[in-house]
Amino acid sequence: MIDFTDKGLYCAIGDFYIDPFRPVKNAVITHAHGDHARFGMENYLSHHDSIPIMKIRLGMNNHYQGVNYDEVTTINGVRISFHPAGHIIGSAQVRLEYKGQIWVASGDYKTVYDGISPAFEPVKCHAFITESTFGLPIYKWAPQQEIFDDINGWWASNADKGKCSVIFGYSLGKAQRILKNVDTSIGPIFLHGAIYNLNEGLRAVGQDIEYYAKVDSSIKKEEYRRALIVAPPSADGTPWLKRFQPFSLGVASGWMALRGTKRRRAADKGFVLSDHADWTGLNEAIKATEAEKVFVTHGYTSQFSRWLSDQGIEAHTVNKLFEHQFTESGEEETFSEETAAEDKVVDELKSEHNDLNAYTS
Amino acid sequence: MKHFAQLFYDLDQTNKTNEKVEIIVNYLKKVPDEDKMWMLSLFTGRRPRRFVNSTLVRNWASEAAGVPLWLFEECYTIAGDLSETIALLLPEPSQESNFSLGYWINYIRLFEKKTEEERKQALLAAWDQMTAQERMVFNKITSSTFRVGVSQQLVVRALSIYSGHNPALLTHKLMGNWSPDTISFEELMHADGRKADTSQPYPFMLAYAIEGTVSDLGSPEEWQAEWKWDGIRSQLIKRDGQMFLWSRGEDLVTEKFPEFGLLMDKIPDGTVIDGEILPFKEGGVLSFNVLQTRIGRKNLTPAILRDAPVCIFAYDLLELEGEDLRERPLSERRRLLEQLIQERNLQPMIEPSPVLEYSDWDQLTEMRRNSRAMLSEGLMMKRKSSHYLVGRKKGDWWKWKIDPLSIDAVMTYAQRGTGKRANLYTDYTFGVWSGKQLVTFAKAYSGLTDKEINEVDNWVKRNTVEKYGPVRTVKPELVFEIGFEGIQRSKRHKSGVALRFPRILKWRKDKKIADADTVETLHQILDSYEKGDINELELPAAHTEEIAPPAKKTRSKSKND
Repeated sequence: MIDFTDKGLYCAIGDFYIDPFRPVKNAVITHAHGDHARFGMENYLSHHDSIPIMKIRLGMNNHYQGVNYDEVTTINGVRISFHPAGHIIGSAQVRLEYKGQIWVASGDYKTVYDGISPAFEPVKCHAFITESTFGLPIYKWAPQQEIFDDINGWWASNADKGKCSVIFGYSLGKAQRILKNVDTSIGPIFLHGAIYNLNEGLRAVGQDIEYYAKVDSSIKKEEYRRALIVAPPSADGTPWLKRFQPFSLGVASGWMALRGTKRRRAADKGFVLSDHADWTGLNEAIKATEAEKVFVTHGYTSQFSRWLSDQGIEAHTVNKLFEHQFTESGEEETFSEETAAEDKVVDELKSEHNDLNAYTS
Repeated sequence: MKHFAQLFYDLDQTNKTNEKVEIIVNYLKKVPDEDKMWMLSLFTGRRPRRFVNSTLVRNWASEAAGVPLWLFEECYTIAGDLSETIALLLPEPSQESNFSLGYWINYIRLFEKKTEEERKQALLAAWDQMTAQERMVFNKITSSTFRVGVSQQLVVRALSIYSGHNPALLTHKLMGNWSPDTISFEELMHADGRKADTSQPYPFMLAYAIEGTVSDLGSPEEWQAEWKWDGIRSQLIKRDGQMFLWSRGEDLVTEKFPEFGLLMDKIPDGTVIDGEILPFKEGGVLSFNVLQTRIGRKNLTPAILRDAPVCIFAYDLLELEGEDLRERPLSERRRLLEQLIQERNLQPMIEPSPVLEYSDWDQLTEMRRNSRAMLSEGLMMKRKSSHYLVGRKKGDWWKWKIDPLSIDAVMTYAQRGTGKRANLYTDYTFGVWSGKQLVTFAKAYSGLTDKEINEVDNWVKRNTVEKYGPVRTVKPELVFEIGFEGIQRSKRHKSGVALRFPRILKWRKDKKIADADTVETLHQILDSYEKGDINELELPAAHTEEIAPPAKKTRSKSKND
């Protein structure tokens, strides 16, 4: 039902692609991260929560169609539905059903509930296309509460020393997850422009996200002393960071599980916090689908599919050409953060949403 | 162990020297003296022996983790650290424990008398009461691979803050032969508590690279210039009728150089000479490659001693008749050194490192151009009035090295690094043209910035042609300037040459692969190098314009011959 082509996952019967790499006519999008939702598609079909984000990032004028979880759209006899993937806001597994055959493309997913994106729901299917970003048994995540206890402890101890705490997490997903789960009684929180804009965009369409101010030159240095600054990893090494001195730098990422990666980031503190499933999560998720066939993409593909085969599951590594289209940096977003342009879109989005509210009310 | 594991972890989390010092001081305040000693021992590279071989440990760990061996190996490739891989793969511990570092080290040392099965059970039991963090550190100690990104200087600073003793004194106390078994923390700290250990060397005085130009040093007559020799920096000690030879890495290498034993009767008791072990024959220094043939050999056969003879080029005299001379000026130490060598007839086993005669900086600059022909790495500049200080200090001693040789090459293979570079493609193999083919001639690991490493890593992942285990063949596209310190003929290498200290000087983004050098160029460099013709970078300058000569032509020519 799905072919792995150089443009991405292709469903010939319905003539659409899932998360295509190149411009195509019909794109079904699992979630709004830059390596899944790309420029130049004629039509975008996704969960409705992904749409405002795509509008911010890909422009207002594309043709977007948003649906609810479990809602079925039929294209040429192929029944397409979206199911929570627990990765970020709006993230979904795409289920395709045609003549009794069921395929599920997971996109990116995690099996633990993060307090912000709807929890992952296993979907029974014949064939399952899974990611494997962290598909090795050295990647096992601690319970979310433990990680946040650690982050809170770090923040509080910095605050007591009058030292600002700067934490890096990618703008879409990790930033909101951090904001939702940290102990806000420790001190004030300020956001990097890229995260601020995204948050405002999400708030504009009614997402339940607390307001936090943007870092700007009007804020006095003393206000940063007890503060937590949330910024994307791309802020690393930029002069923007200088205003927070003295500060301690934390990085929240699954890659922090390894000492080597942690040291390379030259961060003061690494927090192992990921929006991808860990080894246990991947294995449990796959088992729950009861799939006869598993296709492994994005990550430690060959190792993970060999492991699945050892377990008696028919597993395939998705071909090399396909694999190479992915960024192996995994969680890190690759597009540039053009905040100025985003500002404008957020305004448009706000007014569009207000108009919408005006109609409905 | 909890404190020690936390110490290791905390040190990992900061790049700031002051914070590292503070972390060590806090550790010293918290733990019993026995643990302080073990910490000092481990941090200064005095590791307990290893009693279990790593293959067995891998097998046991993969079994305990319920992970097949092939997957264990894959994880190891990614993590780049065996101790960490094991720590991460094992299941959660079933209990907690609060034993000290000393307890666990003794626990490991009991392995010596245990059977294989007993060792396995002991190891599994230890793992089962440790967190991942503790396990990693424990594994590093067990496998005798414990290393920490903290210099000895920094340990000394922390110890000095903690104890109130002078850092130079502490540096000296931490040198040589000691272990937590032979000396207590109190004895080590006590002003002269450490029983006079006859083998104890002095901390080596080191030099920074010269800043700016040599004329910035001031007046030429205040400075002593010597060749910077490329051998093994060492201290030769004779005390109480015994001889000891220490390398700069604080290894006792007396046994590796039995030749110097012949001097036993000639050198008076209470003598310490600082110098460089060099391969030396018939009055001339040989290439470092000659020395390499005997380093690391367990059995020194008469043939090796004959083919790779050595001597010490003496730089300095640190102790004479049991008196510490380090606070006398260099000019005086040098005079005493020459006197000692002459009176005691120590040549040719110990040669005074020649002092260059020059009247002005221009003349010395000219002499420096001859470095490579002298098989030296450049010059050492020492202030004649200087004391022999502890470690690397700016001001009195400078090294003035020559630039390396270089060649432009194409990256052909990439492999993941280990440790800090685990999971990143940082180890590269390079080739130069031989006709239309790229012939491998060097591997290099260092020289790029972190940013460039990330960029190359990303490129490698997208431009892999084939994978063989951990090695990836990459599309020939990237050109790098490879620097090296020396070159020699080699039958084992396809290119016919072996390089000394190859490293990346520069990523030549401006060059296409056709611009890379050829095997012929390498051999030209080799010929000139062997003749001693090469000074600095003169020879390879024009080679960039050459394009690989068509292979056919060369062949037909040789047929005609």
